[in-house]
Amino acid sequence: MVSSVTGLSRNGVADWLVQRVSAVVLGVYFIGLLGYLLMNADLDYAQWQALFSTTWMRLASLLALISLCAHAWVGMWTVSTDYLTEAMVGKNANVLRFLFQAAYILLIFIYLIWGIQILWGN
Amino acid sequence: MLCKQAERQFERRSLLITHPTPGISEIKSVKDNRPINLDFTTLRLPLPAITSILHRISGVFIFAGIAVLLWLLAESLASEQGFINVQQWLDTFWVKLLVWSVLAGLLYHLIAGIRHLLMDMDIGETLEGGRMGAKLVVIFSVLAIVLAGVWLW
Repeated sequence: MVSSVTGLSRNGVADWLVQRVSAVVLGVYFIGLLGYLLMNADLDYAQWQALFSTTWMRLASLLALISLCAHAWVGMWTVSTDYLTEAMVGKNANVLRFLFQAAYILLIFIYLIWGIQILWGN
Repeated sequence: MLCKQAERQFERRSLLITHPTPGISEIKSVKDNRPINLDFTTLRLPLPAITSILHRISGVFIFAGIAVLLWLLAESLASEQGFINVQQWLDTFWVKLLVWSVLAGLLYHLIAGIRHLLMDMDIGETLEGGRMGAKLVVIFSVLAIVLAGVWLW
């Protein structure tokens, strides 16, 4: 399949594993953050800011951010190569799929830079 | 008329399948004439198929929704005033609805994803297990999404 060149690692098995490992990281981070917010209903700025200025929280957040980028890349690749095909959308499928892929990779890049700015910019 | 044609075609194919004659070019056309159904609106999706396509739809949805969460995080960490702004935004109906929809997508994607990982470990991979797993995904997701709504409002 030619389209696999736009996967994350050019290797289906590696992409499969990246999808699973990043899923576990994201699941743990999301549940942890949700649990923290549930337990701290009367959260104030000082406490919130202090949490995100600790090194461990910044590293955990960066790990989740990178996992999000990898997870989204593999997931969006799967969706785009399954549905933006000639059988599904017609003759311009290759151009459409490429443009779609360029768009979501750009968005992933924006998320990564923006996230790093949020974590280390304050 | 169409029925008759289809019937004849079917007979011819059956003949070719039951009495294959190697070397006859018609054999190739048997494969070429295979019907392809690309009209998805005519397919009836069983529950496991619905939970599967929802997993994909929720994935694409929350990929876009992350922008909302990053925006709230950035503002809440920027300054004390920013934190208060976020609290005030979260008091308005439309921001609540927006955040709730992203949370709903996240919760569904998480629960369906956990099922996916369990199935990777050979848990719930039979036909019955698949149906049961899909039901559990729906039940847990509805519960979690309702609870998230209660929490926000």
